[in-house]
Amino acid sequence: MMGFQVVVLWSDILIWLLVAAGVGVGVLIAKTPPLLAAWRRVGANRVGMASATVLLAFILIGLLDSLHYRAQLESKPGQKAVYAIEVLSVLDALAAPLRSRNEKTYSAPFATRLYAKETIDLPGQGTVRDYPRLKHGGKHLGEREDEVAEDAAFTAFKAGVLAFIGWLGVFAAVATVNRKKSPKLKLREAAFAWDAVLLTLLLILVFAVPLFWLSGYYHVFGTDKVGQDVLYQILKSVRTGLIIGLVTTLVMLPMAVLLGIVAGYFRGWVDDLIQYIYTVLNSIPGVLLIAAAVLMMQVVIDTNPQWFSTAAERADLRLLALCFILGITSWTGLCRLLRGETLKLRELEYIQAAQAFGVSSWRIIVRHILPNLMHIVIIALVMDFSGLVLAEAVLSYVGIGVDPTMTSFGTMINNARMELGREPVVWWSLVAAFSAMFILVLAANLFADAVRDAFDPRAA
Amino acid sequence: MLKVDNLRLGFTAGKKTLAAVDGISFSIDKGETFALLGESGCGKSATAQGIMRLLPAAGRILEGRVALEGEPLLSLSEADMRAYRGGRMAMIFQEPATSLNPVLTVGRQIGEVLERHLNLRGNAATERMVDLLRQVGIADPERRLTEYPFQLSGGMKQRVMIAIALAGEPELLIADEPTTALDVTVQAQILDLLAKIQVDRGMGMLLITHDLGVVARMAHRIGVMYAGELVEVASREEFFTQPRHPYTQALFEALPEISRRGLKLTTIPGQVPSLAAMPSGCRFADRCAHVMAVCREVSPPWREVANGHTVRCHWQGEAAEESATRHAVTELDIDPGKAFLQVGDLKVHFPIRKGFLQRTVGHVRAVDGVSLAISAGRTLALVGESGCGKTTVGKALLQLIQPTAGSVKLGGSELVGLKGRRLRDARRHMQMIFQDPFASLNPRLRVGEIIAEGMGALGVETDSTARAAAVAALLQQVGLASEAIDRYPHEFSGGQRQRIAIARALAVQPELLICDEPTSALDVSVQAQILNLLKKLQAELGVAYLFITHNFAVVEYLAHDVAVMYLGRIVEQGRAEEILRLPRHPYTQALLSAVPAPHLDGHAEVIRLPGETPSPANPPSGCHFHPRCPQAMDVCRLNYPTVTGVSGTHTVSCHLVG
Ligand SMILES: Nc1ncnc2c1ncn2[C@@H]1O[C@H](COP(=O)(O)OP(=O)(O)O)[C@@H](O)[C@H]1O
Ligand code: SF4
Ligand code: SF4
Ligand SMILES: [Mg+2]
Repeated sequence: MMGFQVVVLWSDILIWLLVAAGVGVGVLIAKTPPLLAAWRRVGANRVGMASATVLLAFILIGLLDSLHYRAQLESKPGQKAVYAIEVLSVLDALAAPLRSRNEKTYSAPFATRLYAKETIDLPGQGTVRDYPRLKHGGKHLGEREDEVAEDAAFTAFKAGVLAFIGWLGVFAAVATVNRKKSPKLKLREAAFAWDAVLLTLLLILVFAVPLFWLSGYYHVFGTDKVGQDVLYQILKSVRTGLIIGLVTTLVMLPMAVLLGIVAGYFRGWVDDLIQYIYTVLNSIPGVLLIAAAVLMMQVVIDTNPQWFSTAAERADLRLLALCFILGITSWTGLCRLLRGETLKLRELEYIQAAQAFGVSSWRIIVRHILPNLMHIVIIALVMDFSGLVLAEAVLSYVGIGVDPTMTSFGTMINNARMELGREPVVWWSLVAAFSAMFILVLAANLFADAVRDAFDPRAA
Repeated sequence: MLKVDNLRLGFTAGKKTLAAVDGISFSIDKGETFALLGESGCGKSATAQGIMRLLPAAGRILEGRVALEGEPLLSLSEADMRAYRGGRMAMIFQEPATSLNPVLTVGRQIGEVLERHLNLRGNAATERMVDLLRQVGIADPERRLTEYPFQLSGGMKQRVMIAIALAGEPELLIADEPTTALDVTVQAQILDLLAKIQVDRGMGMLLITHDLGVVARMAHRIGVMYAGELVEVASREEFFTQPRHPYTQALFEALPEISRRGLKLTTIPGQVPSLAAMPSGCRFADRCAHVMAVCREVSPPWREVANGHTVRCHWQGEAAEESATRHAVTELDIDPGKAFLQVGDLKVHFPIRKGFLQRTVGHVRAVDGVSLAISAGRTLALVGESGCGKTTVGKALLQLIQPTAGSVKLGGSELVGLKGRRLRDARRHMQMIFQDPFASLNPRLRVGEIIAEGMGALGVETDSTARAAAVAALLQQVGLASEAIDRYPHEFSGGQRQRIAIARALAVQPELLICDEPTSALDVSVQAQILNLLKKLQAELGVAYLFITHNFAVVEYLAHDVAVMYLGRIVEQGRAEEILRLPRHPYTQALLSAVPAPHLDGHAEVIRLPGETPSPANPPSGCHFHPRCPQAMDVCRLNYPTVTGVSGTHTVSCHLVG
């Protein structure tokens, strides 16, 4: 067993803090009946729960990718342990075959040969120009190169059946628990949309298990310019997207909530000042603001290489800085919303009753205003998530996004676009990145709709 | 003309459909006003919407027939129905502010109906519009046609709504609480208008209301609704002389009136059953004073007690006998003693800001020199129409709004200008109960936390067990079960919420409670419960009330002293008997006569005021009331009248007096 050294990146800390905060908020919600009732309504929404299942799958990948370590290099006994310069995550370890089995350059999905002709030395036949065999993709087929379709279909079928059997196990477990809790109810009629969750789980399993099974033999989504497996890149992109979507809101939230409430509650010059700030911010095109900030940050990072011991640390800090910049530029919408709502709330009679008792302003804000704004905050958070994931893609596309060494949907699309002009076209990178991002964003949007419906007081 | 037969309407909630209106039948003749009377949520509006086929998205017509002149409406296609709506039948809604389209001119909105139903365009249409506006009593109709709804006052909007409704020359007019949102003097104008138009045109009218006074003023026949069913149908005379259903009788007895001063009002115990848990027998059984075993099993059939007077009740008795529970609750003559709260020349002016730099361009004189005195254990009623500054007075007393000038002296010490600790100490002596019981409790806090809030802030009962005991005692005092502590406000009805609000205010043991229209959002039977509670608390604790209201019935029943406010100033002030029996100010006289009385007689000499209350941003010169005063003289336009004493306790500001 090789030793390893745990590496904790800043973004890891934030992500796990977010998980902890999520659990904490969950406990708090369980103790607040009105909020619990709203989440129950989310739970009863079939589309909402189906998309939540998909989101959970993405989050699971992201969390696995957020436990980092450096592997110990081989060294003689007695010597001080030396660790690899490369920072790996648990996901990398699990997907080690994907990560390490690189080809030379592009190859199409399920290909057995490279996408470009090369001069090959054939023993006895001299040199020919041909598409060389891949080092890894379809190696087990040996000479039977033309049987890819049969082989892949058969393997997929085997895996699919296995996935189905596994799903049946889950189904049985859920059904028995459900039966025990409420013997008369069928699963379809349960308050929680179990049917939707199970169906989505079935779809995910039947799709994902064969996919990963096959990825052991083929490059299912092809390889990119430097021969790296596209499926692996997609997996790595998930974490980047999640961090952008989640950490940014973490930056933006306190600012938006605090400033919005303060402006709405205290009125007067405080309100004028805050309104002035966000009006000004809003009237500068966001992309320009972000571009300027990112370029400045890049200069700072480039002039201080001594801050980072690994490339991963540098990329990580740059990612966080990007989140921070996005957060700073995107709090205005929520702030404006909260200010308006606070203006309405402060005229409500229960606030005046509290004022008549001489309750202090901060206590009124914490006890009476904040809890009654919670639904707006929750709706805004979920709605913003998908917008931020998309924003990252756009920013990386124009070159002011994450560090080029960091895999993200944006960098994947950016790299792939160069090859669109090639003949024949290299389409798989782009299609894979787009599809993965599409599924993530669609799930987030559908979930956001469900949350909005459940929390909107007009709907309740 | 209109025949409604066994109409059932439901609302879908999730997978269930609950019947909100359960098999009601009635008919309306040409030229007849049929009033549908009932408390909120009993299904009156749903019935009206069902007849117009304008139910909200969740609403369903489950069963029944509706026929206009023999033509069935429920089987018409939506396109055919549209020709009926606005054409042969029209509807007026409760809230004039939201039922007009804010971005279209008045002319466009009336013109639409004319074009759709009468095919009138161009000059012919304009002429007709001017004519209509004149009919509904709008002065200068040509100019009004080009105006937008925000340029009109509430009463004028309702007149425009009526004009729109009349534009299609309907045979049937459905009016859903057409005057509930209006002031009494304006309500009187609108009711007059509706009655006149109906006679002129011979229309049938379905009038929906919860106000027995409006019923007495308008209706020919009355149907009483309870929990989605009609329970009694009677002619006006029968209804007011011999109500037969126990529910109808209870409604009458719950009315606060001068004759019941000092007596406890009869209340209806319990609550309307929820739609999901309707009893199979008589729906009123749990609250009925005459309930019998058969009532709970068999839903009572219709029974004709007199010609055209039918009732659904098993009980065959006559009127309710005066019940023994009606004992006196308060002393009528509490010694005025020395006033402990003295308000002198209080002014609250709100700046009007305009433009980029928010310059102050004027002031809204919401309160403009109000002087009052309140003594322990007495109730001072502050009466006036909406917008006259009543609530602002209450908030300025509590220092929730900083007064612009004047003094508020509590037991000799000045409150205006107090800050920090000293102000907080002073707050213990005064508390407020608000109008809307749904907005006055934080929905995210438990009842226990809500009640304890004041104790925490003012440092009463710092020990937590003592505080819990105090909260429990308060709940008992206002008549709520002690389990209420751990529940949330949304689990309570309007009346119960108002009790919680009262408990919260009482928690710091104030000597003065400012009650800002505490019953105006409640139904009559619930109002009676709250009024009884307030009286009981006054007898037990000796609190004084500043009772802000526009409801004279409540004033008559409850107040020891009355102050009448108009446009930021008090125009008449005195003992309740003096003001109510012998009002001297023309405004007080008009207000009193405009209140629709829930009796057959009592519409004798009615003083009608023209117009509406002007804006306090620029009040008329001289006596503020002169543009509307039927007795205005030249001097009234020039000078504001001085305060004149009529008796030792009665003062009036009017040139006619003194
Ligand atoms: N849009 C709606 N959705 C569900 N229930 C409704 C809706 N509108 C009214 N109801 C229910 O129908 C019943 C009758 O309401 P309504 O006709 O408005 O009463 P009223 O006019 O007598 O105040 C009430 O129980 C109310 O809760
Ligand atoms: S039927 Fe019975 S319970 Fe119902 S109102 Fe009549 S007496 Fe009361
Ligand atoms: S002062 Fe003149 S205008 Fe004013 S109320 Fe008296 S009579 Fe009317
Ligand atoms: Mg209604």
